[in-house]
Amino acid sequence: MNAVVDPSRRQFLKSSATLAAGLTIALALPIAVRRALAQEGAPAKPPAVDPNAFVHIGSDDSVTVLLKHSEMGQGVWTTLPLVLAEELDCDWSHVRVEHAPAAPAYAHTAFGLQMTGGSTSTWESYAQMRRAGAMARAMLVAAAAQRWQVAPSECRVDKGVISHGEKRLRFGEVAEAAARLPAPSEVTLKDAKAFGLIGKGARRLDTPAKISGRAEFGLDVKRPNQFIATVARAPVFGAKLKSFDAAKAKAVPGVVEVVQVPSGVAVIARHTWAAIQGREALVTDWDLGPGAGLSSAQLLQDYRKLAATPGAVAKSAGDAASKLKGGAVVSAEYHVPFLAHAPMEPLNCTVEIGKDGCDIWTGTQFQGVDQMAAAQILGLKPEQVRLHTTFLGGGFGRRANPASDFVAEAVHVAKAAGKTVKVVWTREDDVHGGYYRPMWLSSLRATLGKDGLPTAWHHTLVGQSIIAGTPFAAAMIKDGIDATSVEGAANSPYLDAIADHRVELHSPTSPVTVLWWRSVGHSHTAFVVESFIDELARAAKQDPLAYRRALLAKHPAHLAVLNLAAEKFGWGKPLPKGHAAGLAVHESFGSIVAEVAEVSVKDGRPRVHRVVCAVDCGSVVNPDGVVAQMESGIVYGLSAALHGAITLKDGRVEQSNFHDYPALRLADMPRVEVHLAPSGRAMGGAGEPGTPPIAPAVGNALAALTGQRLRSLPFRLA
Amino acid sequence: MKLLVNGTEHEVDAPEDMPLLWALRDLIGLTGTKYGCGLAQCGACTVLVDGQAVRSCRLPVSAAAGKPVTTIEGLSGDASHPVQRAWAELDVVQCGYCQSGQIMAAAALLRTKPKPTDADIDAAMNGNLCRCGTYQRIRAAAHRAAELAQAK
Repeated sequence: MNAVVDPSRRQFLKSSATLAAGLTIALALPIAVRRALAQEGAPAKPPAVDPNAFVHIGSDDSVTVLLKHSEMGQGVWTTLPLVLAEELDCDWSHVRVEHAPAAPAYAHTAFGLQMTGGSTSTWESYAQMRRAGAMARAMLVAAAAQRWQVAPSECRVDKGVISHGEKRLRFGEVAEAAARLPAPSEVTLKDAKAFGLIGKGARRLDTPAKISGRAEFGLDVKRPNQFIATVARAPVFGAKLKSFDAAKAKAVPGVVEVVQVPSGVAVIARHTWAAIQGREALVTDWDLGPGAGLSSAQLLQDYRKLAATPGAVAKSAGDAASKLKGGAVVSAEYHVPFLAHAPMEPLNCTVEIGKDGCDIWTGTQFQGVDQMAAAQILGLKPEQVRLHTTFLGGGFGRRANPASDFVAEAVHVAKAAGKTVKVVWTREDDVHGGYYRPMWLSSLRATLGKDGLPTAWHHTLVGQSIIAGTPFAAAMIKDGIDATSVEGAANSPYLDAIADHRVELHSPTSPVTVLWWRSVGHSHTAFVVESFIDELARAAKQDPLAYRRALLAKHPAHLAVLNLAAEKFGWGKPLPKGHAAGLAVHESFGSIVAEVAEVSVKDGRPRVHRVVCAVDCGSVVNPDGVVAQMESGIVYGLSAALHGAITLKDGRVEQSNFHDYPALRLADMPRVEVHLAPSGRAMGGAGEPGTPPIAPAVGNALAALTGQRLRSLPFRLA
Repeated sequence: MKLLVNGTEHEVDAPEDMPLLWALRDLIGLTGTKYGCGLAQCGACTVLVDGQAVRSCRLPVSAAAGKPVTTIEGLSGDASHPVQRAWAELDVVQCGYCQSGQIMAAAALLRTKPKPTDADIDAAMNGNLCRCGTYQRIRAAAHRAAELAQAK
């Protein structure tokens, strides 16, 4: 199969209008349905798959998998090839991986455009990868059978060798002939009992490059005659550039040009240091606009007032309002701040505009959107924008921007300068750059019955919509409810056990740009719901585990995970003096995760010693990959729970770098134990579900230890 | 000025205050050493200068002139350094961006403490941030690297 068809030449989505229409159709189906459809057994009509788009067999027996998803640490570089190789029956040691180009063949099967996010990669491409592998195998076998003049059904395949009786042919020997054969319309997939790779897993295929400095991240891209640019952006959200004076910037040795772009002023230099110094010397004058009046403290006051008024109804049953009028009401207000994603690799993008189109190198999660944005700026057809995905030095959602901020800006800079340019963001740019996890306020009230269990529940959330104003709005905002704002709150399993409940939402706007941050809405709703449930358990003087068990009686999958985590932790058994435990269970992205945290307090600060995690993500392709993602999600959530806050004062972001926007460090790393509890439910995600339960688990442990209920993040003990 | 990197001498035309990081990356083309913060807060830029782990984002290139500098590319030609082998064995990496710095910090630690304790590892590597949260495996791999080095 040397003659790989260049997918970028194929029929392309013609315009962003078509893109939006495709998205609407894809998104109209609930995610759970899409998840089921993407997996084996469910589809009556299997998706059309062109094996040539996903795998290339070399005459040297190499098996190159073209990866439609972006590798940002979550392990798709290994997991998806495992799925394809399972059906291909190749020699695993011959598998190589490349990021696929941006092209329609690589559109997300559930979302309709090429992207990586929402903890969807493995389940959304599972059937596609299997079919691609099986089809390629069938074509290779057909080519060998043809050469031998035997029936394909009489041939066997083992580790990349096709055999018939005593005859043997390696994949590489028939690859070219196989590529000329038509792809079969029907293929038989393996029975799960015959799996040798799926469910067993393999070591990461990106390790050799990443331990030797060879892995190419966006920041490492080097093109001929490439310049480096930094951009002086608005100091306040929504500010407009009035004027700039480039004289001092141009006087910095190495600076070659200063150009205005829509987002600010770009300083273009021969190397990064000159670009950084040049920008420091640049003089800019901004019309700050209303954003200059923003402060987190004022926003919190505004949110508090809003929370006291009726919002859009996200979920309602019975009559919570009248039930909450009389009797003993437990009430609480929770608050979480804006958060920057702060991936280790700051944002960057390299753009080379040529005669016949444009080449872009970047670590993005949003190829489909970025390609379209670049095409629009340059007046090109999307297929004339060749987008090369590099490794991503972390993504966490920041590199999936419906506004294509860092890609569009780099295209503008390259266009204005008439040069090949890599736009580099400093850490300060990243921390100041917006597209934060929104700040949220939650107001909750509940009444308890004689058995201590809640009889009425009222939850009002206040926070900016991520989806409003994006092409996703038409499909994902219904009756004023951005589904991502209330996920985990409006569909909490606890509500099923509370006859009268109501969840309301206010979606105020502000000049602060917001975006999905690892686990999106669940990043705040799990904290709020799981903490408040813990408060109710304490108010009812019941054990938090027993209390949850009672409420989750009709949710056996949640119960199983909760019980497993509690059992592995040794819930209820004595802990060292000065230690206490807390737990939380939360479903997100199709997976249920329970975490039990053991904490102490030292010098007035929380210490987390141990976290036991149980996860049911349906079925598992690469077990150690899931374990790694749970470890990762826990650390990401702990960083936010213990340290993370972006705050605004007079419109300025008060943090700038890792000294004032800290993340968890090695010495504070708890011992994490992960227990997989696959259940046979439809496959869920792994990248995000580990994050939501950790903040409430730690907060609940701190409440048990100190009696202090900490209702805002990051945790600060009195 | 002359820089001695991974045993090779490079003549670089750099302002004296340019951090070693940018000289390595932009002028010499060794991009394995990463930029993460520019403030010696994250450790992604860690290299060895005279065998000591230093944050190359804050070290003026002039201060490194003439001294032996080792980057991730020079740690071993074939990823055979015990730290690299341990990292591979335990599948430590995720996004991988911080790992050059983590590996250089661990390599420097093992030079002075061939059998480090958890506390030694925490102390030596607390300056190396990992947003993917690979810390548990880093700690385990640092111990494993010590074992592999002893067994050599």
